[in-house]
Amino acid sequence: MTLLDIHNLALSIHGTPVLKGISLDVAPGEVCGVIGESGSGKSLTALSAMQLLPEGSDCSGRITVAGRDVLSMREAEICRMRGADIGMVFQEPMTALNPVQTIGHQVAETILIHEGTSRSEAMSRAAETLARCELPQSRFPLDRYPQELSGGQRQRVVIAIAIALGPKLLIADEPTTALDVTTQAEILSLLRRLVEEDAMGLMLISHDLAVVTGLADDVVIMKDGEVVERRAARTLHRDMTHPYTKALFEASGHQPDRTESRIEEPLLKVESVSRDYLLPRRSFLGAHPKMRAVDDVRFEIRRGECVGLVGESGCGKSTLTRAILGLDPVQEGRITLDGQDVFAEPDVRRKMQVVFQDPFGSFNPRHRVARLVSEPFHRLNRAATADEVDEALTSVGLAPEDKQKYIHEFSGGQRQRIAIARALIIRPELIILDEAVSALDVSIRAQILDLLADLSVTYGLTYLFITHDLTVVRSIADRILVMHAGRIVEQGTTDEVFEAPRDAYTRRLLDAAPKLPV
Amino acid sequence: MLRYTVKRLGSLLASLVVASLVIFACIEVVPGDPASFMLGINAQPDTVAALRDELGLNRPPHERYVAWVSGLVTGDFGTSYTYRSPVSEIVVERLAISLPLAIYALSLTILVAFPVGILAATRRGSLTDISVMATTQLGVAIPNFWFALLMVLVFAVNLRWFSAGGFPGWDAGFLAAVKALTLPAIALALPQASILARVMRSSLLDTLSEDYIRTARAKGLTGRQALRRHALRNALIPVLTIIGLQFSFLLAGAIIIENVFFLPGLGRLVFQAISQRDLIVVESVVMILVFAVIIVNFLVDLAYAWVDPRLRSRA
Repeated sequence: MTLLDIHNLALSIHGTPVLKGISLDVAPGEVCGVIGESGSGKSLTALSAMQLLPEGSDCSGRITVAGRDVLSMREAEICRMRGADIGMVFQEPMTALNPVQTIGHQVAETILIHEGTSRSEAMSRAAETLARCELPQSRFPLDRYPQELSGGQRQRVVIAIAIALGPKLLIADEPTTALDVTTQAEILSLLRRLVEEDAMGLMLISHDLAVVTGLADDVVIMKDGEVVERRAARTLHRDMTHPYTKALFEASGHQPDRTESRIEEPLLKVESVSRDYLLPRRSFLGAHPKMRAVDDVRFEIRRGECVGLVGESGCGKSTLTRAILGLDPVQEGRITLDGQDVFAEPDVRRKMQVVFQDPFGSFNPRHRVARLVSEPFHRLNRAATADEVDEALTSVGLAPEDKQKYIHEFSGGQRQRIAIARALIIRPELIILDEAVSALDVSIRAQILDLLADLSVTYGLTYLFITHDLTVVRSIADRILVMHAGRIVEQGTTDEVFEAPRDAYTRRLLDAAPKLPV
Repeated sequence: MLRYTVKRLGSLLASLVVASLVIFACIEVVPGDPASFMLGINAQPDTVAALRDELGLNRPPHERYVAWVSGLVTGDFGTSYTYRSPVSEIVVERLAISLPLAIYALSLTILVAFPVGILAATRRGSLTDISVMATTQLGVAIPNFWFALLMVLVFAVNLRWFSAGGFPGWDAGFLAAVKALTLPAIALALPQASILARVMRSSLLDTLSEDYIRTARAKGLTGRQALRRHALRNALIPVLTIIGLQFSFLLAGAIIIENVFFLPGLGRLVFQAISQRDLIVVESVVMILVFAVIIVNFLVDLAYAWVDPRLRSRA
């Protein structure tokens, strides 16, 4: 018998159809991967099974969980089913937990509301469940609050909440998207272990082909609210027939066509840079303990190069970026751009621009695109001409008419194009891309990478590509710097680093990265 | 938690010292002679000199400041020039009305605002929500002295359920005293409850759309359980800020309502003292009000830490 059987599911929200004839099923002990880009309806399919849909939703078709028809259940029955028969793990561990309750309480609550056990009994079972999710009591007592844990640890708590009652079916919606590669690998192996131990069915939703194909038995590919293809994961790369699946595969391993035009003279020089942060005092009058965020970092970027700086969260790459941009002073060392010190001669900063991860958050929603794009001109003490705005927009593949629009009228990929236009408009020599494509879908990401490759030739740009995602840098970077705990632990050409990593940490990063079958 | 409390206490003391310095400087040190100000422009020079002597104005400012503060600490607030009785006695008498009135009004505010705000938030967009929003809009807009007069007209003049004003004193019995404070408390609570209900509603709406509410629903909690166990406490954080501000306002700012109902409260005392140029009373009462506000803020800070463990660990 299948655990979850979705048959011909259609969903509309306020009259707009979003899911059309979805059919999929998950059997006990089976991992069913659901792949799709944002807006493909994969999360809504999961939420339909849980009946946690947004207001104004209208479901039709059939969803059965362990043989029972979910769509005909009353709300009280559905509440009894959630948590007991189906557990769900969400994407964002940082916000998925209640900040004012201890982790013990939050896990025990699942047990308390479904079974009439005593509080102490529920707490001790919560402790066992957390230990199963590799959060042992000795290091993570029940009275910890979520903010005392890292992202990966919080995701373990969310998983513990979901499996506390041993549900037959687990739905994990992008469970590792917000995490670093090494943490991602740990969480995925935890999920695999739990599924095997409890013979659970797992519906694993992700936009990342490599994550899904590495864990799933079957893969369902969704596009625009429809299932376009279903295949066995192991043979997907050979059996796939749908053009969209093929396009996804192509985009995931996309290699932008880029001719290197390197000049030996260095553009950016980072010389023995160190930066300390003061931590709060431990005792009342004691000295502030120091945290070395960046430790004796030195490297050069030559004109026309694209250099990838790879590291996990907390490794110091953001601190280093801020220092290069001249925003945060450093305690030791020197940073020069084109021979000029970025701190002593702030005017040199006009030669570099930055593009951030979240295209929406870095724009003022009340300004038109024309004004947003011409922002860097305040450094030049003049306004942008209409021609300059038009050219910047055209060069990133948008139309000059777009300058009259507001930022909410654009999709994520278009917003990132606008961010690039804003960086380009004053003709910088160096562009720092800080996780600039991390939030994008694979096909959009491939387009942006192509655009960046084209622009580097047209305008003779130099890139510093900062990311936690190895696959992205592999496709575009000429050289790679690996950063760990404030230090550059390895640097070399992309091929050297990927083929023959010398540092143990680099090897760990490479091992942890999910790989597509070839 | 202890560390946090000690830190908050430290900032409480610092605020008190700064406030006392500012008040002292405004009233006694800035140009203009307090004695001749108190006596008016037609005073005889020898009367002014006598008052200066009585007030100790001939001593240097730092000595006067120390004497004033040590008086405050020991409960000696000086003697009122107009009433010719110790300020501490007058203030205690007035506080016996103002403090219960403020607490009464704030309790009404909370009792009305919480359920109304929660109801509106859980039924967002419904007819209930719309009427709550409209009513509270009106509650904020209506001047409370006009509302007070209206209530006097209906409940005191026509229905004769309450007296139109005055205060029998706590000796007249608890119920009689509470009854006398009821109309003023309602008049004070109306705009405050409207504000607080709106804050509660919007804060709860924010919390209800948080990811952890979805996590809670996925565990199998009903909407009501998720609200009670997860949303309310998180929604309380901005609400507490408003409650703290409201209490301070109710304690000192009830002057118009006190006048409508002929209540001899603190607000009226300050008003009278200012118009009678009784600087000794003004100085001490203002200091007491500042003290009350600072204490309330301290309590709000403690309440924050109780609600939000993040504050405890950050301190």
